[in-house]
Amino acid sequence: MYSELVMEHFQNPRNVGVIENPDGVGKEGNPICGDVMEMFIKVRDNIIEDVKFRTFGCGAAIATSSIATEMVKGKTLEEAWRLSNRAVAEALGGLPSNKMHCSNLAADAMHRAIWDYYQRHPELERPDWLVEPRGHPEIHAEDE
Amino acid sequence: MSRPNKTIYMDHAATTPVDPRVVEAMLPYFTQKYGNASSIYALGREAHAAMEEARSRIAAILNADPKEIIFTSCGTESDNLAIRGVAWANRDKGNHIISSPIEHHAVGHTLEQLHKLWGYEITYVPVDRYGVVDPDDVGRAITDKTVLITIMYANNEIGTIEPIAEIAKVAQAKKIPFHTDAVQAGGALDLDVKKLGVDLMSLSAHKFYGPKGIGLLYAKRFTKLVPTQTGGSHERNRRAGTENIPYIVGMAKALELAQNAREEINRHVQALRDRLIQGVLSTIPDVLLTGHPTQRLPNSASFVFKGVEGESILLNLDLQGVAASSGSACTSASLEPSHVLLALGLPPEICHGSLRLTLGKDNTEADVEYVLSILPGIVEKLRAMSPVYQQMRSQ
Repeated sequence: MYSELVMEHFQNPRNVGVIENPDGVGKEGNPICGDVMEMFIKVRDNIIEDVKFRTFGCGAAIATSSIATEMVKGKTLEEAWRLSNRAVAEALGGLPSNKMHCSNLAADAMHRAIWDYYQRHPELERPDWLVEPRGHPEIHAEDE
Repeated sequence: MSRPNKTIYMDHAATTPVDPRVVEAMLPYFTQKYGNASSIYALGREAHAAMEEARSRIAAILNADPKEIIFTSCGTESDNLAIRGVAWANRDKGNHIISSPIEHHAVGHTLEQLHKLWGYEITYVPVDRYGVVDPDDVGRAITDKTVLITIMYANNEIGTIEPIAEIAKVAQAKKIPFHTDAVQAGGALDLDVKKLGVDLMSLSAHKFYGPKGIGLLYAKRFTKLVPTQTGGSHERNRRAGTENIPYIVGMAKALELAQNAREEINRHVQALRDRLIQGVLSTIPDVLLTGHPTQRLPNSASFVFKGVEGESILLNLDLQGVAASSGSACTSASLEPSHVLLALGLPPEICHGSLRLTLGKDNTEADVEYVLSILPGIVEKLRAMSPVYQQMRSQ
């Protein structure tokens, strides 16, 4: 069902944990299958210096969280914003079709973390590419 | 505890390995005695005789008449034939069916279709927090339009055994046909249809060390039944299609072996199951046993682990050589949590962390101890990265 790379990231997920005093936090989930993921970012000079995640979910959810953190680490906020769920899945060698909607929420969670970063820094000029992420309201209710 | 050099199979509710003695009984009917049971020449008569002998042996175990045994392709087909067959045959009498919310999809989806396409009304009597149906609830649900009651014998996910004989009395009092899906009970529980008092009962061979692809429906004499698979006059005009002789022979052999060793196997797996349940509940925090504490299949241990997702537990177990299953949403095509666990009143977020370990005759104490040695670490690792569990703990 899963590619070798998915299983590798599932077995040895990278960047698991939380960042104390993060610069941005993003939470995303699928209320139907129940998967929830959180992304924490540390930003310096517009670069994602550190990123960590926590995920409740299946093998695909953990693997996509893990590889997404690797894909954005050291990237500019704009580059990280350009990350899509499709790109995350492709980087893993593909996912079963039902898992795309169920478990591949990593890019969405990252977008929320970046959005949160700009919310915490009202003094920063908002870039053109930044738009409020859309997700499942019930997942974010506790944050708002 | 080091990883054994074999897979530890703890998913016997999904399927069982075929007993070599069953394979041996089947083999001649593939290449030597391969006749069509409907043919009149010697090869055909030989096949027909083997089928009828198998039918008689199965009927003896079920305390039924051989004419009451209908061979099908699987438990799902048996359930379909029982439900659609009786519902359609009694359409002039009414359109109301009583069932439970924890039935296998072979029953549940068939009832949904009868409702949506043909307007049948379905009453799902509730289950308690252990998954047990109250026979009095069944009695209260009966109307003058009720044409069928279908309640499973034992649940495939949580192992709870239903009070079938008591429900049968309720049905008999009102002269309503009563079907039980006994697929999960086959080989483990008493299948005497007269003691149980059922009118229809579904079984599938691969749950009791027989081959996949063969099942049966017991249908009591004079039960009105419309065939759902039409064609030739096989199975006394109740199920068309060339009979699968090797598999029928295999099912009879498997049922005999299971029946003869039932008490011994039950004693063995129940001791292992009790150790497994005790070990899990005593070493892992925030875990619930699902299903009835005692009124459950002897081989069935099922749990929900708060704050972790079932598929992730399964994958980790598989990586360490253990085959199990889960009712987790992520293991189902629909992505919905298990309808069985929801019916017990468990919150959806808890249902995601389900694990089912079902033991078989070849499991050993060492197998159970191995699972108990690795499962706490798996759950702990997953919980450490679970925001849901962290949130639960902080509340």
